[in-house]
Order: sequence, then structure tokens, then C-alpha cells
Amino acid sequence: MMTLYGLVLLPLLGAAVAWLTGRASPRAPWPVAVATLVLLAALLAYITWAVPAGGGPWLAHVSAPWIPALGITLRCDMDGLSLVLLWLTVVLSFPCVLLASRDIADTPGTFHALLLATIAGVDGVFIATDLFLFFFFWELMLVPLYVLITVWGHEDRTRAAFKFFLFTQGSGLLMLLSILGLVFVHQHQTGILTFDYFALATTHLSPVLAMGLMLGFFVAFAVKLPVVPLHVWLPDTHTQAPTAASVLLAGVLLKTGGYGLIRFVVLLFPDAAARFAPVALALGALGILYGAWLSLVQDDIKRLIAYSSVSHLGFVLLGVFSASPLGMTGAVVQMVAHGLSTGALFVIAGALQDRLHTRDMRRMGGLWPALPHLSSVGLVFAIASLGLPGLGNFVGEFLVLLATWRISPPIAILGAAGLVLSALYALTMVGRAFLGPPPGDGWPALPDFGVRHMAVLGAAMALLLVLGLYPQPVLDLSLPAPLPHSALPWGPRP
Amino acid sequence: MLALLPPLIVLCPLAAATILLLSAGRMPPPAARVLAAGAVGLAAALTLWLAVLFLSAPPPTYRLDVVLWHWMRVGGFDARIAFTLDPLSLVMMLVVTGVGFLIHLYACGYMRGDPDVARFFACMTLFVAAMLVLVLSSDLLCLYIGWEGVGLCSYLLIGFWYAEAANGAAARKAFIVTRIGDAALLCGLLLLATRIGGLDIATLLQPGHLGGGPVAEAAAALLLGGALAKSAQVPFQVWLPDAMAGPTPVSALIHAATMVTAGVYLIARLHPLFLAAPTVMAATAVLGLVTLLLAAGSALAQTDIKRILAFSTISQLGYMFLALGTGAWGAAIFHLVTHAIFKALLFMAAGAVILRVHHQQDIFRMGGLGRAMPGVFAAFAAGAAALAGLPLVTAGFYSKEAILQQAWHAAPLLWAGALLGAFLTALYISRCLLIVFLGPVRTAPTGRTEASMAIPLAGLSVLALTGGLIEMPNAIAPVHLLFRLLAPVLGPPTAEDAEGGAGLLLAGALAPLAGIAVAWGLWRPRAGAIAPADDGLARGARAGWGFDAIYGLLLVRPFLALGWLNRRDLFDRVPDLLAAATRWGARLLGRMQDGRVRRYAGWIAAGTVAALCLAVRP
Repeated sequence: MMTLYGLVLLPLLGAAVAWLTGRASPRAPWPVAVATLVLLAALLAYITWAVPAGGGPWLAHVSAPWIPALGITLRCDMDGLSLVLLWLTVVLSFPCVLLASRDIADTPGTFHALLLATIAGVDGVFIATDLFLFFFFWELMLVPLYVLITVWGHEDRTRAAFKFFLFTQGSGLLMLLSILGLVFVHQHQTGILTFDYFALATTHLSPVLAMGLMLGFFVAFAVKLPVVPLHVWLPDTHTQAPTAASVLLAGVLLKTGGYGLIRFVVLLFPDAAARFAPVALALGALGILYGAWLSLVQDDIKRLIAYSSVSHLGFVLLGVFSASPLGMTGAVVQMVAHGLSTGALFVIAGALQDRLHTRDMRRMGGLWPALPHLSSVGLVFAIASLGLPGLGNFVGEFLVLLATWRISPPIAILGAAGLVLSALYALTMVGRAFLGPPPGDGWPALPDFGVRHMAVLGAAMALLLVLGLYPQPVLDLSLPAPLPHSALPWGPRP
Repeated sequence: MLALLPPLIVLCPLAAATILLLSAGRMPPPAARVLAAGAVGLAAALTLWLAVLFLSAPPPTYRLDVVLWHWMRVGGFDARIAFTLDPLSLVMMLVVTGVGFLIHLYACGYMRGDPDVARFFACMTLFVAAMLVLVLSSDLLCLYIGWEGVGLCSYLLIGFWYAEAANGAAARKAFIVTRIGDAALLCGLLLLATRIGGLDIATLLQPGHLGGGPVAEAAAALLLGGALAKSAQVPFQVWLPDAMAGPTPVSALIHAATMVTAGVYLIARLHPLFLAAPTVMAATAVLGLVTLLLAAGSALAQTDIKRILAFSTISQLGYMFLALGTGAWGAAIFHLVTHAIFKALLFMAAGAVILRVHHQQDIFRMGGLGRAMPGVFAAFAAGAAALAGLPLVTAGFYSKEAILQQAWHAAPLLWAGALLGAFLTALYISRCLLIVFLGPVRTAPTGRTEASMAIPLAGLSVLALTGGLIEMPNAIAPVHLLFRLLAPVLGPPTAEDAEGGAGLLLAGALAPLAGIAVAWGLWRPRAGAIAPADDGLARGARAGWGFDAIYGLLLVRPFLALGWLNRRDLFDRVPDLLAAATRWGARLLGRMQDGRVRRYAGWIAAGTVAALCLAVRP
């Protein structure tokens, strides 16, 4: 299905148009970006609709030669997992563009072009099944984002963007080494030089080699997810990035880490991943607790949300390495719910910074009467983020904990303790920012959220509610397609 | 028809809450009041109708299952959004909607003049909906939605007047302390789900499904943790007194009549599981007894009228846990029902007093109010009599008697402790009554109590006095309406329940009378100023026996201090260190190319010598 390429080409085309129109008029790029996203959503809806019923786990496939001499093709495949994450990307692009990027004053054409290029890269990451192509898209989403942060970020942007680039680029090189290693081993065994995911999955690897290659992939994705102690780029980057980039980073880009862990660590190296699982589970529990603990003591509201992301994504690591469909689907639901709730929280934090010119919660307080809409929306997403049953995050966390309990009750208990800490930081944030007495002699008149913000964030709320009360469609889709030659770590698909 | 009603009853308050939330404060206050009270009233009327239908033509097994939809079905785990209607949930629904409606009616008057009344009623109706989900769920995970939902509403309503920083702190404390229990409860659910593959209560409780032994003990202990926190029992009781920061109708509805009894309901609902765990049962009884005595002691030393009632609630919940621990499921539910009535009455009467004396809550600044507000006085007296358990004429007497009897048969020591508790209960509530309503006037009351507040007071007063007649000890009259109704769920009343020695009955009747007599001796109306006791014991009791201080010292402060020390993230220093090392190394190496020819020559000479040395080495 050639339309899969459209998922990458359409945003790239939109980026080019946005950049060109931006040179003519500073007001033109925003409508172009919105139109691109609407078209992208329509395209994805068409792809979803065109999926043949009952056609097996792989829903769509496309392939074209690229560099035949090196066995590199433009191969893309889409399964339910890809589809869920593609939808998350499209859905979250809307708050980015609709709410956060309209008022960019400084060269808006370039800004929107970079934003759309990042989205194109993310889309590509979720569908590429040629490892070289995958690596290409992996880089494609990083570089524009680096520029976005360096140019449009906040006060300490240069340092933060440099840190972001070093961490992701350095770990990306490890992944490239692993890819090349795998390709050469495969060529040595079969005489065929190929980067094809399905072909490489049949490679026979000695346990030591498999562990080494898997670790290369793992580190790249662990930086991205992020996994403690490789998370240190994230708080700085999220804090310094412009709002649109923060939303995109937290909502979508971190999920490429989770996706990579499922597709390229657990499925490609099932045995090595199983041997590595105890370490990964411990790191997941550590991340949940450490992220929540540090979130609690931050004064900067964006840093607080950033550390809460570290905590939430610890659940994803637990779920992925729990080696069960339960944990895997739980991890995917957690990724989707985290994208929606944390993305919305970054929109709110950005809106606060626009109005108050500070992110420091010591200088906030008592905002509820001044900004009733913004504050109540903030409360709702804080509650979603603390995992209230009935909202999406709870489904993800519960399924992950259940899967974890089956293999290790102590780790599950540590994870459940994280739920207490998440209540602590979420309510602390609400209390410090919105409730209590206002500082000094009250707030001056501040512009509250208008219809546009309430509609977009209300839609995010509705999605979280649906995900929380009727997650079955996502649960049915989100189990990754098994590889034809190697069994899933948990045996045949139930 | 029967199957349609339970979801419809939940929908009534839920719809009202949704409308009120979406109106975002644009709805005029009178409309918000009518909508909220109307919705809960409709739910109460439908529940009554449901009760009539259910009791006149009960389903064959006294239970009716309503499956709404599959919530999650993945990897061998199946959870459903489903309701079960049986006598136990019916009784709970009657309490929640009945008392809930009266409190909503009362709140219409109490909250008059508050600009945020729509937000208030949105949270209140949402609470009623969540509580109904809690008592109706047939799946433990679905119950957990209600369980956390009521906790959220409690948080929102304790901190309703958010401009005061203290209110927000109290709300957070309540949520977080109960959340600790919720985490334990969740672990219990994980354990059960792993063993059974689902959390359907009926499947869970099938005999032999879980068996006894360490697994049952662990599961019961984890569930007990959740119940203790929700019901403010030792060691989690610290949040409830602070929760009085919320408006008084909230205290009446959430922190007296319904939410705090959720723990009692949970254990009664899952009682076969607890029967398989004798150690946990014993712990339940002992913790209940300890709680009831400690809280009664604290109530005796309070000066704030709402805090007296808060400690009294903790103490009465202790009675219910004592009953649960001794296997008296029916008695626990009976006391839950009567307590919901008389404690809601006491809170609402106290609220009426507080409104009339300009939001003064210190009882030592009140006094002689009986003459100015005889109606409220009568209502408070009825509630106090029921709480004290005045023999024969109050509901509290019968329910407490049922617990005392069962405690005697379980262990006489438990009975003795509970009897001491009954004495203390009569003592502290008589102290409150005497100081507030008799004696000289210290703060002159103004205004009058409006009808919307007076009607619920009257209705609950009648119930507080007569509600106990549905269930009496055999020594008085063999009436067992409630226990017989609950028998399909909780099992037939045990032999001890029916037997009941007259001597025990007499002791149980004398304890409250003795308490009242002692209170009269100590605090009878007399001229001149009175002041609260201020010795060490009284101060300790007033501070809730120092639990807060200990938790602060051992848990909260170390945790926050360590976090504060590490707020710049230990792991973040590693890359900083690497960066510094790189910079330092670069500077060191850079010195080798600083353009000084003399130094270059020196290095060249040293290199040549070194090379020669290597070359001529033998």
C-alpha cells in the first residue's frame, strides 16, 4: 500500500510549503501546518479504513528499492502497534500546532517546517522495517528538534539542546553499530547483504553476541524512553524547549523509545531480552520511584512534569520486559495515556509561562480565581496523571503491574508505591500553582483559556476517559505482530 | 425493569455532576441547587422503588447481575463494568441515597450565599455517583473506580475553600494517606487477579477457589490495609480530623455517613476471604478496639465541635471494625446504618449551630444555645443520645449492643474494651452537649435556621431514635429484620446473635448511663468561665496522641529533606563531571601547543633521549 509512504512524505511536503510561504508572509505557515495535519489525519483514517478485515497481524506493507548494492530498501510495514502509535502522533500534533505554535513570532516558516519534519521522522520510525531506513528516520526526527530547541527555546536553551543532541546522538551511534553488527553476521551466515528486519530476525546468534547487539539497541531506546540513569537529558530539554516542542517530545518522541524496545529489543532478540529482563525490571521500578521522588521537590513546573514523565515511563519498561501480552498491551496503553495527559500538562505549563513569565511555582499560587478554565483543566490532567481509575493512565498502570506481579511481586509492590508518590507530586503541583492564597496583592487580570484551548484539551480529556473506560479497541490492536520465524517471547498469539 | 434500575440510579447523580461541571460556573446558584438536590432525590426515590420491587419479588438467589460492558479483556485477564444487586448493596444504596438526599437538601440552605455553589454540588453529586458504583460493583476492579472516585471527591471537597492554604494541605493529606491504603488494596487485587484470573467477586468467593493459608492471609491483609486507610483506623486515622476543613455538609456526607464506611463495606462484602485468614481477623478486631479507645479519648479533649465529631466517627468506625474482626458482619452493617443516620444528624445540627454563631467552632465559646435554638438542640440531643447509646429509646443502643454481645463471645477482653469505649462515648458527647447548649450564653446567636436545613434534621432525628427497632436482642424482643434481610449475603445470624444474655445487656445499658452521669458531674451548667483541661494527658489526647508528630519526624521530613538535597539530581552530575574532565583534559593537552619554541625543543630532546634509550636497550 503506497499510501504508507504518504505518512512521511505529506508532512515533509507540508514542511516545504510552510517554509516557502513563511518567506512571503509570517502569518501563512500556521494555516499550512494545520492543513497538513488535517490531511495527515485524513490519510491515516483512510489507511485504517483500508485495512483488510481478518488479514493477519500485519495490516499494511510497502517496499521499493533504494540502494540495491547494499541491500537497503524502502520497506515499511504496519501492524496494530504501529497504527496505535501513528494515531497518537497525529492526535498530539494538533495541540502542538493549534495551541502552541500560532504565536511564534520569530521566523514562523522555519519553525513550522521543522515541526512538521519531526512529525515525518516519527511517522517513519513507527513504520520502517528496513533497519537502515529506520535509522534514517531516527536521525530525521532528532535534528529538526535540536534546531527547534536551540533557536526557539528558553533562557538556557543552548546547553539543554547540546545535552539532548549528545545523549540521543551518542546512543544512536551505538544502535548503528548494533545494526551493522547484525547485518554483517547475517551476511557471514547467509551471504546476503540486507537490512531487512524480517530477514535479520532469522540470524542465529551466540548468546554473548546477541546480548551485545541487544544492548546497543537497548541503550539507544533507553536514552529515549528514558530509563534512569540515562534520563538526565530529559528534564533540561523539556524545560528549555518551546511549548510545542515540549508537547511533541513528551507526547510522541519518548514513545519511539518504547516502540523500539518492543520491536527491536524484545522481538528481535527474545532470548537475550529474557536474560536481561531482571535488570530491566529493576531499572523500571527505580525509574518509577526516582522520577516521582525528584518530581516532588522541583520548583520549576516544567521540570516537575518532566520528572513525572520519567516516572510514568518506568511503567512502560516494566510492561515491555514482563514478557507477557498483558504487560505489552499495558505498556502501549500507558504510552498513549501518558502522551495525552503529559502533552496536555505541557500545554498548560507553557500557557502559564506565557502569562506569568515564570515557571517557578514559588511565585505562583491562588491562580484558580484568576484563571478558572486553565486551572480546572490543569486539575483534570493532574488527576489523570496520578492514575485515577476511569482514566487511561490507570488501565496502563494496572495491566503493567498485573503482568509484573505474575513474575515478581516485589517489583510490582515498588511500582504500586509509585502510585502514592504520583498522587503526592500531582496534588503538590495543583496546590502550589492553582490553590492557596495568591502571592502579594493578588493577580492582575490574566487572559484565561478560550474556546480553542478548551476544545482541544477537552478532546484530549474525552480521549483519556474513553481510553480509561473502554480501552478494548486499543488493547486488541496494540499487541505487536509476531515475527514469522521466531516465536514471541510468550509463545503463540492468544 | 429490575435490571434497568441500578444503572439508572447511578446515572441520576452522574448526569447532574456532568451538567454542573460542564456549565463551568455559568449556571445560576438556585438552578444548581435544584438540579443537585433533585437528582439525588430522584436517585433516592428510585432506590426506594427498587427496594420495594426487590423485596416483594426477590430473584431466586437474592442477587441480580447487571453486566454493562467488558472493561479490559487481555491475556487471560477479564474485568467487567458490572453491578450486582443483593440485600447488602441494597441497604448501602438506601443509606447513600437516603442520607445523601437529606444532606443535599440541607446543603441547599447551608451553602446559600457561596458564589461557588455549582462547583460544590458538582463534587457532591459526583461523590454520590462514585459511592453508588462502589457499593454496586460486582467486580473488584470496578469497585476500585468508585473507591478512588470517592477519594477524589473527598479531596476536592475538603479543599473546597481553596484560598486557605491549610484547607488545601488537609485535602492533600486526606488523599495521600488514603492513597497509601489504596496502593495496598491494589496489591491485594493484583494478588487475587494473579491467582484467580479475574476480580469478579462471586468467582473470588467461591469456596475452595482461593483456599486458606498464606495466600489468603496476604490477600486479606492487603485488602485490610485499604479498608483501614479509607475508614480512618489506626495507624491511618490522622487524616480524618483535618478533613473537617471542608464545609459541614461534606463532613456529614463523606466523612461520617458514607465514604469512611467503605472499608467496613469492603470487608463485609469479602467476608469469606477474611474468614479464611484468622490472623487478619484478629488484627482487625484488635485494631478496631485500639482505634475506638484512642479516638474516644481524643474526642474527650477536643475543643472544636467538628473535631469532637470527627474523633467520634473514628471511634465508632472502630466499633464496626471490632465487629468485623469478631465475625459479626451483620452487626457491623447494622451499626454502619445507624451511625450514618445519627452522625449525619450530629454534623448537620453542629453545622446549624456554627452558622448561627458566626462560624465559631470552639465549644468553650458557645453555651446556653438551647434556649435560642430549641429545635437544633432537640436534634443534637437525639443524635447525641443515639451516639451514646441511651438504652431502649435510641438506634445506637441496639446496634452497639449487637457488637458488644458478639465481642463477649469472641473474647471477653474485647468486650471489656468496647464497654469502656461506650462509657467514654457517652462521656464526651454529653460534655459537648452540656457545654454548647446549656449554661450561660457566651456567643449570642443570630438569624434563624432555614426550613431546608430543619427538615433533614427532623427526619434524621426520628430515624436516630427509632431506626434501631428493626433489629433487637432476643432478651427484649425477637425482631431480626435486618439480619434476616442480609442473611443471603452475610450468612444466617450465628447462634450467639440470637442468644444474648440479659446480664450483658444490662452492662451495655449501664455504661452509657454512667458516662452521662459522670459528664453531668463534671460539666453541669454553672456560672463563670470554663476552660478545657490543659494537663499533659489532655494535650496528648487533643493532638491525637502524637501520631502526626511521629509520622512527620520519621517519614515526611526525612523523605522531603533527602529529596531536597538531591533536587538537582545525582545522576545529572555524572555528565557534568565528564564535561569538566573533558575541559580539563583539553586544557592540559592544549598547553603542549602553546607556541613556545623552547618548550617544543625540550619535548623533542626528551623524546629523542627516550627513543635512544629504547634503541640501545640490550
